[in-house]
Formats: sequence, structure tokens, C-alpha cells
Amino acid sequence: MKEYWQEISALTMRWVRRLSREKFSMLFTLVQPMLFWLIFFGNLFQRAADIQVTQAPNYISFLAAGVVVMTVLNNGLAGGVDLLFDKENGFLERLMSTPIHRSSVILSRFLFVMTITSLQVLLILGVAYLFGVEPATGLLGIATILLIGMMFGVGLTAISMAMAFSVKSHGDFFSVLGFLSLPMIFLSSALVPLAAMPGWMSFLARFNPMTWAIDAVRPLILSGWSEALPHVGMVLVVMLAFDILCLYGGAKAFRRAMG
Amino acid sequence: MDRATAITVSHLCKTYDSHKAVDDLSFHVYAGEIFGLLGPNGAGKSTTLRVLITLLHPTSGTATVLGHDTVRESDLVRTLIGYVPQERAIDRFLTGREHLELLGALYHLTKEVAAKRIAELLRLVELEAHADRPAKTYSGGMKRKLDIACGLLPDPKILFLDEPTLGLDVQSRLRIWEYVRMLKTRGMTVVMTTNYLDEADQLCDRLAIIDGGKIKALGAPAELKITLGGDIVSLKIKETARVGTLAAAVMGQPAIRSVNATATGLDIRVESAEKAIPAILEAANRLDCRLEFIDYHRPRLDDVFMAHTGRRIQDETPNAAE
Repeated sequence: MKEYWQEISALTMRWVRRLSREKFSMLFTLVQPMLFWLIFFGNLFQRAADIQVTQAPNYISFLAAGVVVMTVLNNGLAGGVDLLFDKENGFLERLMSTPIHRSSVILSRFLFVMTITSLQVLLILGVAYLFGVEPATGLLGIATILLIGMMFGVGLTAISMAMAFSVKSHGDFFSVLGFLSLPMIFLSSALVPLAAMPGWMSFLARFNPMTWAIDAVRPLILSGWSEALPHVGMVLVVMLAFDILCLYGGAKAFRRAMG
Repeated sequence: MDRATAITVSHLCKTYDSHKAVDDLSFHVYAGEIFGLLGPNGAGKSTTLRVLITLLHPTSGTATVLGHDTVRESDLVRTLIGYVPQERAIDRFLTGREHLELLGALYHLTKEVAAKRIAELLRLVELEAHADRPAKTYSGGMKRKLDIACGLLPDPKILFLDEPTLGLDVQSRLRIWEYVRMLKTRGMTVVMTTNYLDEADQLCDRLAIIDGGKIKALGAPAELKITLGGDIVSLKIKETARVGTLAAAVMGQPAIRSVNATATGLDIRVESAEKAIPAILEAANRLDCRLEFIDYHRPRLDDVFMAHTGRRIQDETPNAAE
């Protein structure tokens, strides 16, 4: 057990070191969701967004939940990129030739991505607070939001890592990533409530796990426990199933890639 | 002489889809020797190496390292071996020292033991001055040295090197050869893949010539050359179009063992040069071929390779998928 921990902490520290050495990339990664989506987009659509439709005091408070889950999405889907590069330049081979538990590499990546995502979520909620968005469910609600975010993130990171192990060239990886990200955001309740979407879009959005997550996070911010609890219960079950599916697929891809 | 066996490979096969990368390979590596797998790209050397270091499972057959099966006891094997990969498997953002510290943790060394070994290794590969700079600032030769330090960190019984001097300048190559010889004096067993004939010839105690996934020859370099026997006569003619006809004409002469045509001439294995050369010159004269160049020499490893595989090591393999 001690050895397991030694492996995982050493591997995770590697990601931390790398992040801290790429100062610009780090800054950009942390700041992007706040800057572009929350502050710019949120304020831009203040008047265009109809309060009757969004059922929220202002658009930023409506958007906050969407930005939180979007961040989880982007981080999760990008979570496997570093493993892809490791596979391509042979570093992964070097790691695998050591007597580590086969799962340590994966777990360290999960640990790192989840930690960074959680920090960003807190930062987003903090900036939203500065714009007057106060979570109706207080600190416990924030903890619940983090939990939902992490559960969603685990499944997404597993998908990303499965892709990293399965693609033949990294061009494929980035194409799929680009292809998936934006449609997933627009076909969800991140920017507009489901009820206000055209029929075909709201139909598709219902199948999007992002929608489930957002529809649980939003009442936690805007309404309160009585409204939020049923959604939260629902989303935790959905995410559990999602995670099990993704982890299973990811493990298979990993084993196949390791020959 | 009864020597301990470090590695035993028995009827090893590895198939990818329908391509047989490794086809029924069997050989031994003795403890304390430098063993080479020599062959062109796509021959199956790296695949064989990866099976030995437990990164690949054989399709059939077995590999035993220091008495442990590479599939069933892979964890144990990994604690006993070191690996220096072909590509510069380096993280650009980590310093040399951090690489070694990371590996130290992955081999479950305590901080004290790791620190001591790291200091020793940095001194050994002469990277002390650069140890705390990020790896992206290292030259090709320095990255190779870091690779070697990483491979030696677990103090392994066997070190596996995959094309250790590929793409290096002459100085660095000689340096690496020095290290390898020094490792042998410390009692380490070294297994390396290479497609450099001079490397195989000068460095390896024993080698296996691999082509198309099969072993074509196995033994010490000197042995392989002597067994080939005879001399090699090489010639180039001006009328390159007539190479084929000349080859046919020479083939029929006495004292000729085999003829290999190249783009510009012939490489002929003969019983003895003094008997064969007059006959060869006569054949060339009769066909009106003017000689641009002719020489003869004792068999070199190059010739051993060609004799066993039918071509020179630089020629492309049809399906080079290693």
C-alpha cells in the first residue's frame, strides 16, 4: 500500500511540476472559463436573455452552472492528452518497464485532473460571487457541486484516456476532441434552459450527461435544497452509471494498448 | 565452460494482425556477456526486446529472465532489469535529477538510497553540471546519457538497450560503447539491439542476426566470420547493364561459392582469392566489361549478414513494421 502511494504521488507530482513550469499555459488554463464564458458571455447576453425564460435573477447567475460543467467537460476530455504524448514519445514505455502497479499511471492522472478541475470550479464560483451570484445552498451546496463535477469528470477523463490509448495518430485525437466539445456545450442546458430550446435540440440535449449535471448544479446555486435534491439524487445515479461504463471501456483500451 | 544463463527464449512468436513480427525465436544469453540482436528495421529486434522486458506478451513461446517467466512473473522481472529505450523517452519539463527521482520512487527506493544512487549516476554519465536544468535544454548526446542513467538507476542485473547509438555523433557513440564495456566489467549482462555492423562487431560477445522475425545466425562475431570461410571479392564494372550476365558467367566458374549482384557490380564469395580472381577477370573480359574497381578481403560481419540473409543490412525490408 505504501508503495502504491509512493508511485501515485511521484507520478502526480510530475504533472504538478509540469503545470507550474508552463506558466502561461497554467494561467490560461485556470483563467479561460471565467474570462471568456462567465464574464464576457455572461455580461454580453444580460439584456438579450429573457428573465422569464431563464427563471434567474440575471444571466450570469443562470450561466454559472453551465460554465462549471463546461469546465469539467473540457478538462475531462483533455485529460488524456498528456498520456497520448507519453505514449508517442516512449515515456509511457519507460514508466511501464518499472515495477509499478499498472493502474498507477491512470490513477495519478485522474487525481491531477480532478484536483485542477475542483480548483477551477471554486474559482468560477468565487468570481460569480463577485458578480452577485450567491449559492442558495451555501457551503454544503458548493461541496455537492464539487462532487457532481468530480463524478462527471472521472467518466470524461476515462473517455479521454481510452482515446489516447486507441488512436493511431494524435491528429485523430484532437479532431475528435474538437468535434465533440462545442456541440456538447450547445446541445445542453448550459446556455439556455431546455424548455426554451427548439424541439429537436431539447430532445438531443436530454441524452447529454452535461444537461443532467447542469440541471442539478443550477438549483443548487439559484433555488435551494428542496428544488435541488431530486435533481442531485438523479444525477448522482446517472453519473455512477456513466462512470462505470467509461471506466470499463477505458480499462479495456488500456489493456489492449499495453500488448 | 559452464556459464550461467541469464535469459532463455524458447520458440517465441509474436503476431500482429496477420503479420509475424517474431517467428519461432530461440536463443540463450549468458550471464555477464554483451549480447546483440543485429538486423535491419522491421526485423523484429525491438519486438523481441519488448517481450523480454515484459512490455509485450508473446503470442506463443516463452521468455525467461533470470529464471522468471516474463508473463507470469512480470513484476519480479521488472525489479531486476533496466531499460534504455530507443526514442528519447524524456519529459522536457523535468530536470535530469527529477527524472531520476521519479524513477527512484517508481522502483520504491527510499529517498536516501535514491539520492545516493542519483549522485553516483550523474557523476558516471557526466551530467552533474546539467542535472538541474530542464531536459529540453539537453543535446542529443546528453539526453542519451540521461537515458542510460535512468536505465541504471535500479541497479539492474541485466540492462536492455534498444539501438543505443542511433543517430548519435561519433564522439557520443564511442562514449556509449565505453560505458557498455565498463558495465560488463562490473558484472552486468547487457542485451542490445542494433542495426550497426561495427557496433555489433566491436561491442558484442555474442550476437543473433535477425531478419524477417527469424534468427539467421547465432554466435560470437569472430566465430561467425571464420565459419563463413573463404574470401570475398568485390568488383564494380562500368557497364552496369551487364551485371546480370556477368553474374551468370562467374557463377559457373570453379572455386566460386556464391555470387550476389548489386546495382554496380558483384560481391562474390570464393574458396580462395588467388584461384578465383583470374577466372573472374577472364569472364569479365569475354563479356567486354571494364572494371572500375576490384578488391578482396577476409569475411567481415557485413558479409556474414549478407550470406545468411541474402542482402546488405541497409536494404529496405518489404514490410518494415516493428
